[in-house]
Amino acid sequence: MPLFILRRILQSFNVLFVMSLLVFAGVYAIGNPLDLLVDPNATADDMARAAASLGLDQPLWVQYGRFLANAMRGDLGNSFIHGVPALGLIVERLPATLELAVVAMLIAVLLGIPLGLWAGLKPDSWTGRAIMAGSILGFSLPTFWVGLMLIMVFAVQLGWLPASGRGSTADVLGVSISLLTADGWRHLLLPAANLALFKLSLIIRLTRSGTREALLQDYVKFARAKGLSNARVVGVHVLKNILIPIVTVVGLEFGSLIAFSVVTESIFAWPGMGKLLLDSITQLDRPVVVAYLLLVVTLYVLINLVVDLLYAALDPRVRLAGARA
Amino acid sequence: MASTPKFRPSFLLAFRTAALAVALSGGAAAMPAVAAELKIGLSSEVTTLDPHFFNSGPNIAFHHHLYDSLVDVDAEGKLIPALAESWKAIDDTTWEFKLRRGVKFHDGSEMTADDVLFSLDRPAQITASPGPFTSYTKPIVAKQAVDRYTVRLKTASAYGPLPLDLISIFIVSKKAAAKATQEQFNSGAAAIGTGPFKLVSFRKGESIEIARNDAYWGAKPEWDKVQFKVLASDAPRLAALLAGDVDLIEAVPPADLAKLKGNPKIGLAQHTTWRTIFWQLDQFRDVSPFVTDKAGKPLAKNPLKDVRVRQAISKAINRQALVERTLEGLAQPASNLNSPGIFGYNAELKVEAYDPQGAKKLLADAGYPDGFGLTLHGPNNRYINDEQVVQTVAQFLNRVGIQAKVETQPLSVYFGKARASDYSMAMLGWGSLASDFTLRSIVGTPNPDTGWGTWNWGKYSNPAVDKLVQQALGSVDVARREDFARQAVKAAMSDYAVIPSHHQIATWALRKGLNYKGRIDEFTYAYEVHSVR
Repeated sequence: MPLFILRRILQSFNVLFVMSLLVFAGVYAIGNPLDLLVDPNATADDMARAAASLGLDQPLWVQYGRFLANAMRGDLGNSFIHGVPALGLIVERLPATLELAVVAMLIAVLLGIPLGLWAGLKPDSWTGRAIMAGSILGFSLPTFWVGLMLIMVFAVQLGWLPASGRGSTADVLGVSISLLTADGWRHLLLPAANLALFKLSLIIRLTRSGTREALLQDYVKFARAKGLSNARVVGVHVLKNILIPIVTVVGLEFGSLIAFSVVTESIFAWPGMGKLLLDSITQLDRPVVVAYLLLVVTLYVLINLVVDLLYAALDPRVRLAGARA
Repeated sequence: MASTPKFRPSFLLAFRTAALAVALSGGAAAMPAVAAELKIGLSSEVTTLDPHFFNSGPNIAFHHHLYDSLVDVDAEGKLIPALAESWKAIDDTTWEFKLRRGVKFHDGSEMTADDVLFSLDRPAQITASPGPFTSYTKPIVAKQAVDRYTVRLKTASAYGPLPLDLISIFIVSKKAAAKATQEQFNSGAAAIGTGPFKLVSFRKGESIEIARNDAYWGAKPEWDKVQFKVLASDAPRLAALLAGDVDLIEAVPPADLAKLKGNPKIGLAQHTTWRTIFWQLDQFRDVSPFVTDKAGKPLAKNPLKDVRVRQAISKAINRQALVERTLEGLAQPASNLNSPGIFGYNAELKVEAYDPQGAKKLLADAGYPDGFGLTLHGPNNRYINDEQVVQTVAQFLNRVGIQAKVETQPLSVYFGKARASDYSMAMLGWGSLASDFTLRSIVGTPNPDTGWGTWNWGKYSNPAVDKLVQQALGSVDVARREDFARQAVKAAMSDYAVIPSHHQIATWALRKGLNYKGRIDEFTYAYEVHSVR
């Protein structure tokens, strides 16, 4: 097991290296940030001085070499426009994004699995059909449209919830969390619901098809023949067996919730990481873009690792490669 | 709109008022029962509280709340005294500024000539700035504090616009800002100015809270507390106003204006801004990359070098229709490179009349009776309806025989290419408070040594215009300077150095009961928002 984890970590360094090279070259190719950022009245001399102080006067390979050398020491560079470390800028926004992602995922899982089970157990009932129809809507409606509708209905028309932004926060060990205040929850509900909708539909459909398949299996028939209660058959035997694909998908989707909830974050002006990425790309703030994507890769590697470990826990047949070595 | 939000006296308000009371504990004895609070939705992010780090519009607009400069401008762009009560040129290369006495920084210490000299030195010491302020401080070659309240600045040669340059340099407390880092500014420890508000909290990319500075030297703002929320996307910003989350928003999306006008709970404020949109034409290459014959083959001669062709393009554009339809009334036709009222605006110049027949005749005279092919370039996320404006102008050109194609790009790609002069006819918007400045950057002969023509993509060059601009910049006498500037504008415009299109109009939307007059520089100042009694 430790060897398995070690091997995973070594592999991820390769991924990080290739990723940094691609992103670095990609942002470089879009354009020169100084053309956007420097005051129009600046002279060529001012431009040259600004370029030199940011290291932008060097050829690409020198800039990349410097970046690598600093990255080895854990320094991913300063944001051009904020003048503070890029990594710090991202980590500052991590709590906001994490709480949004966690709440959205909880909504999706806590609603999705029961609804999916119901639809799988009673596929021909009108409730089962209604759940499936709803999940198709959840899949096909564009996120930004649903977000705007939520704002129009709940914030503008009814005035129940605020339209955007993050609520007041409370500090826990130096991390500001808005889940601990009522105002924080009021602000969180709409964006979390918006973000959860797609994942919810996905989980409903996965659970339903898994359930329908499992119900036909011999072990379910056997369990029923043994006279087990319906609750135990569904809650233990069916549920445990259909969880494996759901855990995989939830893991990967959680990664994308954290890294790329850009649309929801910009519609609700949620001060999370996705919005930072978008702003940084449009302003060609390369250090932030590179640091961001490196962080995301790391995050995915970690999530995949957790998913693999969960497999082993859920399914005794799964052996982690390397566990034998 | 069956039922719109009623007044929601949530615990939230009570909570915030309580927080304010704590923040101001020991302050004014007679706290009003409910603190007057204003919430503003900003369209772009304030990236730092260090006023000398990154020169960008949103930063400068916000910094005005915390800091003052020596000289300021009013809503119409005219110079007004701020921390300097008066200023004058003692001789051609020496300016003297008399400081206001008894002005206190937020920490209670007095603002003196020492702080002013420190603040003027500081931009040159900032490293790793993506947009330095040094272009404003560079003309100053020597500084001297004559006494506690008098500062003398020397320039290398006669330089009239120095007071105008100084509107962008905020005065910080030497004690607080010496050796301060970005983090110390952003935390508030070093963000010590003399401005009408003090910092309460700065949540980067999210919100900024400020509270009234009761010791302010000027007119005290009406608001005990102001909260700025960063709402960069259009639809959410508007929704926040409609939902009552904010009281005022800037940069109202043009498409929603008509709907807002019919909303009884919302008022609008509009102001013509300094931002003037114009077209730059390639006037330095013999073969221009995006000029072709009608079959699409490159043209051996560059028609844009011929003033008759440039005039024809100008006459082909129906500016009235452009601003009424394409721009939905959010612009006014332009004859100058600066808006009316800006220093050096030449009122003698009239907006070019729409004259397609005249344009065709000019093209024929120039040897292009059948026109030619031309690709117009412009940004698609920068100016009001920019992509549609490019398309509309292309249609106007097609009507006089110029086969025009359209290509638009996001700003991050567009500016780089345009500054490398990759285009034949390209759109640019420019905002400045003096026309001699504008001319120096836009039509001045490009020269890296003098810093002229840095945005002269078409590389227009005319010694007569250069000379007039030089004479304007070199006049410390205001009337003389403005006279030269007007002559320079006229000389450049009658040569069709660039083709002016329109001046943009900015729109603010605010809840009924509030009043904002708007500003020519597009800035949103909380202290200029008033409640209607």
